[in-house]
Amino acid sequence: MNDSISDGISAEAAAAPKTDGWEPKIVAFCCNWCSYGGADSAGMGRFQQPASARIIRVMCSGRIDPLHVFNAFLEGADAVLVTGCHIGDCHYVNGNDKTKIKYKYLENVAHELGIEKERLQLNWISASEGEKFANFIRDVTEQIKKLGPSPLKPAGVV
Amino acid sequence: MKGSVAVVGGGIAGIQAALDLADSGFKTYLIESRPSIGGVMSQLDKTFPTNDCAMCILSPKLVETGRHPNIELLSYSDVKSISGKAGDFKVKVVKKARYVDDAKCTGCGTCTEKCPTKVLDEYNAGMSKRKAIYIPFAQAIPRVATIDAAKCMYLTKGKCGVCKKVCGPKAVDYEQKDKEIELDVGSVILATGFKPFDPSALSQYRFDHPDVITSLQFERLLSASGPTQGHVTKQSDGKVPQKVAFIQCVGSRNPRIDRKHCSSVCCMYATKESIIAKEHDPELDITIFHIDIRAFGKNFEEFYNRAQKEYGIKYINSRPPEVIVDAKNSLSMKYEDFNSGELKTENYDLIVLSIGLDPSDSTQGIARSSGIALDDFGNIATSIANPVETSVPGIYVCGVAQGPKDIPDTVAQASAAASKAASLLSKERGTQIKERKFPEEKKLSPDPRVGVFVCHCGINIGSVVNVPNVVEYAKTLPYVAHAQEMLYACSSDSQVTIKEAIAKNNLNRVVVASCTPRTHEPLFQNTCREAGLNPYLFELANIREHCSWVHMKEKEKATAKAKGIVQMAVAKSALFQPLYKQQVSLINKALVLGGGVAGMTAALDIAENGYNVTLVEKEKELGGMLREMTELYNGKKPEEVLKGLLRKVSENKNITVLNEAKLEKVEGYLGNFKGIVNARGKEIPVDFGAAVIATGARNFEPAGLFGYGKDSNVITQAQLEKMLGKGTSANTITMIQCVGARNKEREYCGRTCCTDAVKNAIRIKKANSKASVYVLYRDMRTYGVNEKLYENARDLGVIFIKYDVERQPIVQNGSVVTVHDSMLNEDIEIASDLVVLSTPLVAGENEEINQLFKIPLDKNKFFLEAHPKLRPVDFATDGVFLCGSAQAPKLMDEAISQASAAASRACTILSREFIETEGAVSVVNEAKCIGCGTCVTMCPYNAPSLYDATVKAEEVTYTTKKSKINPAACKGCGSCAAACPAGAIIAQHFSSKEIGEAIDAFDKGVKSISIGKDMVEVTV
Repeated sequence: MNDSISDGISAEAAAAPKTDGWEPKIVAFCCNWCSYGGADSAGMGRFQQPASARIIRVMCSGRIDPLHVFNAFLEGADAVLVTGCHIGDCHYVNGNDKTKIKYKYLENVAHELGIEKERLQLNWISASEGEKFANFIRDVTEQIKKLGPSPLKPAGVV
Repeated sequence: MKGSVAVVGGGIAGIQAALDLADSGFKTYLIESRPSIGGVMSQLDKTFPTNDCAMCILSPKLVETGRHPNIELLSYSDVKSISGKAGDFKVKVVKKARYVDDAKCTGCGTCTEKCPTKVLDEYNAGMSKRKAIYIPFAQAIPRVATIDAAKCMYLTKGKCGVCKKVCGPKAVDYEQKDKEIELDVGSVILATGFKPFDPSALSQYRFDHPDVITSLQFERLLSASGPTQGHVTKQSDGKVPQKVAFIQCVGSRNPRIDRKHCSSVCCMYATKESIIAKEHDPELDITIFHIDIRAFGKNFEEFYNRAQKEYGIKYINSRPPEVIVDAKNSLSMKYEDFNSGELKTENYDLIVLSIGLDPSDSTQGIARSSGIALDDFGNIATSIANPVETSVPGIYVCGVAQGPKDIPDTVAQASAAASKAASLLSKERGTQIKERKFPEEKKLSPDPRVGVFVCHCGINIGSVVNVPNVVEYAKTLPYVAHAQEMLYACSSDSQVTIKEAIAKNNLNRVVVASCTPRTHEPLFQNTCREAGLNPYLFELANIREHCSWVHMKEKEKATAKAKGIVQMAVAKSALFQPLYKQQVSLINKALVLGGGVAGMTAALDIAENGYNVTLVEKEKELGGMLREMTELYNGKKPEEVLKGLLRKVSENKNITVLNEAKLEKVEGYLGNFKGIVNARGKEIPVDFGAAVIATGARNFEPAGLFGYGKDSNVITQAQLEKMLGKGTSANTITMIQCVGARNKEREYCGRTCCTDAVKNAIRIKKANSKASVYVLYRDMRTYGVNEKLYENARDLGVIFIKYDVERQPIVQNGSVVTVHDSMLNEDIEIASDLVVLSTPLVAGENEEINQLFKIPLDKNKFFLEAHPKLRPVDFATDGVFLCGSAQAPKLMDEAISQASAAASRACTILSREFIETEGAVSVVNEAKCIGCGTCVTMCPYNAPSLYDATVKAEEVTYTTKKSKINPAACKGCGSCAAACPAGAIIAQHFSSKEIGEAIDAFDKGVKSISIGKDMVEVTV
């Protein structure tokens, strides 16, 4: 609504990555109360980011089943992001604590499967951290672009 | 008598009071003079001591207030006068002209974008510009534009008119006039807040210099939505500062400018702002100049300690007399370090003035026009025993309008004021409220027929995403029976269009591709419901926040992504099933644990609201700590308060008192609890819908400290309090503050001990002016209006000596006290007749109760409230509430406010006809359940439980454990579903199938769809 925002656009847009062919597919699981709100705040603050991610909203990061994560990889995701409220801020008392524990397990399985660690990432993002959300998507996109398509990607999927 | 209430002031206090009243069956008018509700809290970046994002916790309350069927929001409106009497007031309100029709405005922001006139933005404390037609901030409620009539070129000069030209819904109306209306209400609550102190009155602080700013301006600099997107820069040259100083008590604790009060919040907000600034830039050098650091609230002392130890923020005990601006325009300060006596000069890049809270103009104005008494400080006058009652019966007050206080105390008082208004009008409860009526739901046909509505959002989406292209694409997707574009999907005419499309195309799923479900889902769900569709058959595809706004320079990619997002939403929605909130009956009775002043107040308030209460007290008599007190800090006798309370409790037919009693067992959930109370060996069953925990605290026994227990001359402040009931013959009395508090074992501040000590020091001096009273302290924490007690004590000759925590006073033989005066930097010996140790309150036997109700304790074993800021008397467990010193030490008026608040919160439940459960709850597929109990251990709400089930399989019948989930207790987080090893739990609306379909649909074939030739691009 003010000048500084429109100034922000051009600066952010200038920093957006170059469009050179392949764009990774990133599935980001976001909890309704914090990280989804963070993605909203990124929008409200016009924090530009690559168009590589699709958000799957769940009420709590505790809802994210390891099966959903592998489902995403098997459907061709090049990276999967698990995000939620900062520890202590969970809307459901301690859902993100459970996510943290599950994530440890997920990390191990992903490692066993030969999935690079950049392809599965955990991040706590509050509803106010729009810039953090945008930076996260940008960083992951850059990392995955260097790695190339996921080894689990089924044949024929772009 | 009217069943309606006017709440004046739409800050957090007014919002909370309005929500409580509206939830307990009263029609509520919320009157706010600014264009949006939210008050000063909406301007804050974070809140102390948890550094929660202020807007994140406030915004849901704003939305809830804006949507509540029983709240009529009168924003941009001023109260002219209040007349009448309790039960029947007339409130004259002026609705100021916005020059925008709020029924037509969709809040799209196009007018704001195009308006050529720039004005200083008050939301950013004057540090950026807004337009003459504006929406004050992104989360504003109502989300309606307002024209600043003093600055608008059309309204001042008759030129321009751009906003009217660009407004799609034709909402701009230059002919609008102020309108006066009169409200008939039964009660009025004043929540008129405060005005930040204007530091230009103190010219020595050089507020005219661009790098001398107020704490509120610094708060905006820290905010991501602020003028610098959260980067702290100097206003003079835009550079990053290296050295920052805060000056505390600017406009507080200063009798010379008639500001005798302590503003209560500045020490903590300066600490908070310093911590956040250090988190942004760890290289920053920050110094806070202060008189005392008043970290008196729950977890404040810990926060203050962290600021020093973890963040390296420097606290200097000094009040610099002036800010010096040299010839090069750089800033410096000369100050005397009180701790060392040294005179120092230091340069700073940025100086922040921690401005105090002044009574607001509307507080003063309404008080004068309506004959409501003010106190010495210009706040609405109240008393200790009746902290929310003004001098006019039926008019109540809450928040800073009553005196400086922080957010949780404000929220508690707001609920307290609501409780008082509700008990006054309890006979009229439910007479003026509305309930939404909906048509019957259509029978769901087996095949999904999805309707897709793609929103342009003016130019917000349409200028980046090719909306017609997305619509054409949507038409090619499976199950899609209808797709169309909309200029503003959220406008009221669009709701009509959506409903017509549902009827015409026999749609049974609806996807709107527009903005975030966090704000707009309820609106469209409501529209679906009005069209006979279950609200859970709706899905939002967020193509604004997550697409057009973040890919503004990549139109093609943004369009492709928008198609992808719509595709995922359509795939998911096809699986949606109708879900229903269940209505569960409830017991309209309450249980109050603890019969002290908090417990009795809570019980009385609930009883006066018309509900039965069982009051459980462990001692023989009611009264708790009030029985130990001999004088209140306003000079009144506690017996009078106690007698009054006891009489009211015994006379009230709704209250049953159980003495020498203890709650032994509880089971159940919100609305339906069952328990067993053991009263004098007899087991009495109790059933209740809500419970209030008011079990208080106890005095810390300083065994072995300063000779306590060995020498009879060494007593505690509580013992002195008792002794002073009869008077003391001691001539020299030395009080030592912070005994057993603010140390390694007990990090917290006792909050009440400074006020108690000062009160008793005054009593001694008043009884015997020749007596010598010494108070050895670390920081005097007589916060808020109690600062006046500290001033009185000094006037009466009480001597205050500051000691350092590293050099504790020494008491020899119970009579000679040696203390190192840290200000004079020398040792002082005081021959004392009496040594009084001020000890904090410590937690009582809370561990038994926390097990019974499964409610958490904090690290000091006090009860842990649901949220330290906005839910100070709630527990995370629904239906259980908290008040008084069981939560943390507090003064009597604060305990009483909290008790009424807990009562108000309990009444929002007790006043219901039924309890409505969450719709999207988890359910167990019994056939798959293996009875392992993982879900039981996983759930923080005790929703799943195991029961013995008889299973028949292949001619064998056996008994096994199965899980079932109580929908009344389930909050729908889905953690159990993710944890179930058998995949037996379905998190409805977020089932693995639904999530899986959305994942499968990720960009499936988006790029292979060709775009029709006959499509026309729509320009707005």
